[in-house]
Amino acid sequence: MHFLKRLAYTPLLLLVISLLAFLMVHAAPGGPFDRERSPASPEIRRQMEAAYHLDEPLWKQWLRYLGLVWEKDQAGHWRHAPASWDISLRYRNHSVGDIITQAFPVSLLLGALAFGFAMGVGLPVGFWSAARRGGWQDQLGSFFALFVVCVPGFAIAPVLILIFAVKWRLLPVALWGSPLHAILPTLALGLYYAGKVARLLREGMLSTMTAEFITAARAKGLSETSLLLKHAFRLAVLPVVSYSGPLIAELLTGSFVIENIFQIPGLGVYFVNSSLNLDYTVTVALAVLYAALLIFLNLAVDFTYTLLDPRVNYE
Amino acid sequence: MFCVLQGAFVCGCFHRDPPADVTIMNGAEPESLDPAVVTGIPEMRITKALFEGLTRLDAHTARPVPGLAERWDVSPDGRVYTFHLRTNAVWSTGDPITSADVVWSWLRALNPATAGDYAGQLFCIQGAEDYYNGKLKSRGQLGIRAVDAHTLRADLNLPVPFFLDVCAFPALAVVPRTAIEKYGDRWLHAEPLPTSGAFTLGDWRLNSRVRLLRNPRYWDAAHTASGIIDLLPIGSANTALNLYQTGAADIVWDKDLVPFELLDVLMKRPDFHTFDFLGTCFFRFNTTRAPFNDPRVRRAFALATDRRRLVKKLFPTGEKPAFHFVPDSTANYHPPDGLPFDPAQARQLLAAAGFVNGKTFPGVQYAFPAAAGGAGNVQGKIAVELQQMWRDGLGVNVELRQIERKIFYNAQSRLDYDLSASSWVADYDDPNTFLDLFTANSGNNRTGWKNARYDDLIRRADLQTDTARRAEFFRRAEEILVNDEAPIVPLYFFEGFNYFDPEKIEGIWQNALDEHPLQYIRKIRRRASDGGGAPNHP
Repeated sequence: MHFLKRLAYTPLLLLVISLLAFLMVHAAPGGPFDRERSPASPEIRRQMEAAYHLDEPLWKQWLRYLGLVWEKDQAGHWRHAPASWDISLRYRNHSVGDIITQAFPVSLLLGALAFGFAMGVGLPVGFWSAARRGGWQDQLGSFFALFVVCVPGFAIAPVLILIFAVKWRLLPVALWGSPLHAILPTLALGLYYAGKVARLLREGMLSTMTAEFITAARAKGLSETSLLLKHAFRLAVLPVVSYSGPLIAELLTGSFVIENIFQIPGLGVYFVNSSLNLDYTVTVALAVLYAALLIFLNLAVDFTYTLLDPRVNYE
Repeated sequence: MFCVLQGAFVCGCFHRDPPADVTIMNGAEPESLDPAVVTGIPEMRITKALFEGLTRLDAHTARPVPGLAERWDVSPDGRVYTFHLRTNAVWSTGDPITSADVVWSWLRALNPATAGDYAGQLFCIQGAEDYYNGKLKSRGQLGIRAVDAHTLRADLNLPVPFFLDVCAFPALAVVPRTAIEKYGDRWLHAEPLPTSGAFTLGDWRLNSRVRLLRNPRYWDAAHTASGIIDLLPIGSANTALNLYQTGAADIVWDKDLVPFELLDVLMKRPDFHTFDFLGTCFFRFNTTRAPFNDPRVRRAFALATDRRRLVKKLFPTGEKPAFHFVPDSTANYHPPDGLPFDPAQARQLLAAAGFVNGKTFPGVQYAFPAAAGGAGNVQGKIAVELQQMWRDGLGVNVELRQIERKIFYNAQSRLDYDLSASSWVADYDDPNTFLDLFTANSGNNRTGWKNARYDDLIRRADLQTDTARRAEFFRRAEEILVNDEAPIVPLYFFEGFNYFDPEKIEGIWQNALDEHPLQYIRKIRRRASDGGGAPNHP
């Protein structure tokens, strides 16, 4: 019931978010047609703005964005004006839907790979560090986690390219077209999150290991392996689960820096460039998409909590 | 297990296409491929390969040569052009291209609903500006007429000597009426998309690539050298260089795709090419605001600007210092000398304007745009140099201000600045493309400067049919612009760059407009026996 209620609020929340994004992006000085070259006459500029309804008052543009405008046509009949949310002001032969349907699957794939990598590396490293607390394994694992969290992706990526692509010619330098192209970006994007996951799990494990029920279980004679795996891990992984919501949203909506370095046709580039280019419709659509992803992933995380920890109850 | 699953998942997500014959790093992702709408050089390179106009630019000289029109007649007063279209010109779908197609394409470019920045290119045609503004009473008053299926007549307002250059401009290219009427804004996604140029559009994936396929029905298809050409958008200069180095790209030809920091190393390589290019870097004064509403102050700043030091320090590629606005290599023109570097005279002028040794000079800002994604911050480096020169030469401290690009250009248009970094690249090889900028009504003036004598000289040059006299009017106008009034200060003339290995790629000839028709470009496939295929020349 709790989750259904939250789901029911979502459309309203998204509407508010889109309005805020719409107002903010229009508050920026300048417009999408400001360029180094102006058209030959001011009339051309005026007509261009009129063609995209940028000369209308903001409230009307907002209603038009949502498709809530009816206008009289030349014959004097009232007609529904098409919604403007789908028209990109910069990529004028592509709709916003085109941009998202072309770029989102790429970001989805790269994000899924980076997420898999972050979990596939981060969880074992964190678990291993905690299980061998104080030993050389812990030192090594903790150093790895700290190192990759401290060195940003835009510093790791060129080093990876230099070694694997330019020097050894094992992998492609950039672009997106085969499984080989996905390896370096996955590493560059996923390493940071692998470090974060490892640190979260290690800390979770260490604090869980001091809990009374663990001592009790140990006193009962449970083996160390089943203690760590069956009891400590289930609780210690909760911070990782709650972190994975925003993490997935972040990865799925793309990484501007990594996409730019590897020239990957994902969504991250549009996130940044559409706002710099004042491509109003794309900016708002992506803000809503990002918000929707975050809302649903947080819901999913909260739901997963109830499965992992029977003590959690939202009712 | 985990790796195998991930690997299998990834393999299922990619599909393989045949490799391209030539792969080119083309700069930014095309905003559009509609010739009536495009504004950027990367887009124009592609649209010219897809949609041809009555003329096209020669691959060697960038001068206009017959395109869809095989010949033309010009009236003695230079105001009436009669074009004779090729009878063998057909769309890529096989239908004939007629003069009605040309008329429809030009009217579409002149339709405000098309929302093309470059609609103004057609305003030299009689009645065109009124047609655009909805003031034309009857269509018959417009100077565009299809005389018969293969003859087109254009009546001009003025004897425009560069009209044939304008006809090669994308805005005047011939576009497919049927597809546009059927699909509206999405007409470029029509299948099949009828094209009038040397290529058809094979594939256009956003931020990934534009794939062009040879159009076998193009009237000059015999000279199309490559079957498949891929043009890749690239956001980072370093990535472009790496892709080129590892053989994933054959040609890199956008100025923003050359890593600025590596220029001195790159330019020593045999595959790195530089050439004179019709473009000028300069800065504007806001002449509507004190202190730059005083020509003495503007001239003082110009005289205190050491262009030779600037280019020597910043550009190992041989950019030439600019003392006048129109580049030296512009056709049929001899520019004036302009103001030299003379700090003593600069100080005198500044003192005469009331600022002895720069004292009491008000706080002013030099605005410059933030670098486009991935490009080196050249404008920032220039700004720092200028600041130093004016401090040393005039005793004036100018504050530097970097502004996000759209906001920067908006502020420049609204005259919300003191000093503003600027550049201009020629649309065609004629002084008019530069000097027309600073007439009182030009949308690109952006200085607030108006000078009746300057406007009159430009108008008289435009009316002139004699090349030498026309050049003289332009020269006198430019003297006002760079010597007497100085609403702008030219800094240097652009040098064009590209890199490709001449042993592996042919069909690129350097010229002042950076014009390289894709039609002639091909990879040389050497066979052990003959050392290469037959060269393919236009």
